Amino acid sequence: MKSAKLIIVLTVTTLLSGIGLSFLNSWAQPKIEAYQQKVLEQAIYDVLPGIEKYKVKEIEGTKFYEGISPEGQTVNVAFRAIGRGFQSELRILVGMDTSMTKILNVNLLQQAETPGLGTKIADDPGADNPAWFMQQFDSLTVAQQDIDYVKNEEPDKENAEIEAITGATISSKSVVNIINKAIDNNRELYNSGQ
Amino acid sequence: MAKNKISLIKEFTKGLWDENPVLVMLLGLCPTLAVTNSAINGLSMGLAVLFTLTSSSIIISTFRKIIPDEVRIPTFIVVIATFVTITDLTMAAKFPEISKALGPFIPLIVVNCIILGRQEAFSSKNPVGRSIIDALGMSVGFTLTLTLLGAIRELLGAGTIFQIQIMPDSFANWMVMILPPGAFLTLGFMIAGYNWINDKLKTQ
Repeated sequence: MKSAKLIIVLTVTTLLSGIGLSFLNSWAQPKIEAYQQKVLEQAIYDVLPGIEKYKVKEIEGTKFYEGISPEGQTVNVAFRAIGRGFQSELRILVGMDTSMTKILNVNLLQQAETPGLGTKIADDPGADNPAWFMQQFDSLTVAQQDIDYVKNEEPDKENAEIEAITGATISSKSVVNIINKAIDNNRELYNSGQ
Repeated sequence: MAKNKISLIKEFTKGLWDENPVLVMLLGLCPTLAVTNSAINGLSMGLAVLFTLTSSSIIISTFRKIIPDEVRIPTFIVVIATFVTITDLTMAAKFPEISKALGPFIPLIVVNCIILGRQEAFSSKNPVGRSIIDALGMSVGFTLTLTLLGAIRELLGAGTIFQIQIMPDSFANWMVMILPPGAFLTLGFMIAGYNWINDKLKTQ
């Protein structure tokens, strides 16, 4: 009799909890997804200049966001580059021309790097332009070579070089590697799907 | 009646000073150290704990006579986990920015010792009204301590409080303060300061 009470109390508690939470979840889930969609959509318009709308093209499980110009032409394409940073997962949206030889813009969607050091990849409060790091990738040509990084010297933009952040070399290097790898993987995939 | 009122006030204020969960009981140190790199993060964490602790206390003390002793801990955990999930989902849906900043520390409130500790030590033995006051006192004490800790670290580490510039431009930010070691240093000094004030009060 005693143990029956134990079972009943625990069962009722977990049951009520489960029912309550599933109701809450059905309310919250669409809102959470809508927010993530909004963030992604905003980023797509940020990295693909001069587009009116975009359409999603899926090739072998990889999503490409094709930018459509007001004339109805596919003028550029964006894709996600995901990989490990120093201590967190970095998610980057890369916008390129359709031949994938030139980067247009990149947007850091998500990072949780070391506050004050690695977070400078997203926001460097000490600099005149806090977003300088990611902006270095804008309009780099990567037809011949991968992006490379230099430290404490002026990067050569013509040779697809960017300057790493002092004190956050690993985070800087990770961003470069993640973008390089995503471009290499996606260029052939995207061209094959044309 | 008058005596009862005084003891209710005492029930509330003990969480603020005499039995402050962070400075005296040293409970819930994981979120305390991890999220207080800015005042706003400390405040949000405190408010999340306030909601979870108060709601759990209401439920536990209401059903305290039905919950058998043998399964009280699993029951407490289920109730606490439910309210933490409610907080987590609501924040993710309504305040996505703050939810992003606090990351995994909202779900981790489940294992915050303050909440389970108050259920075990107080709500499971006291009537609802008293439990609410105890929970509010404890969580307000927790919130104030975290906000102060966050404010000190943010001031020294970034020159701002609640993102408002306080320090002059010439001030060089002590980067270490917003990194994990800064949390240990600041908390150590806060506990030392607390004990120093307490000693002064006692000798008077």
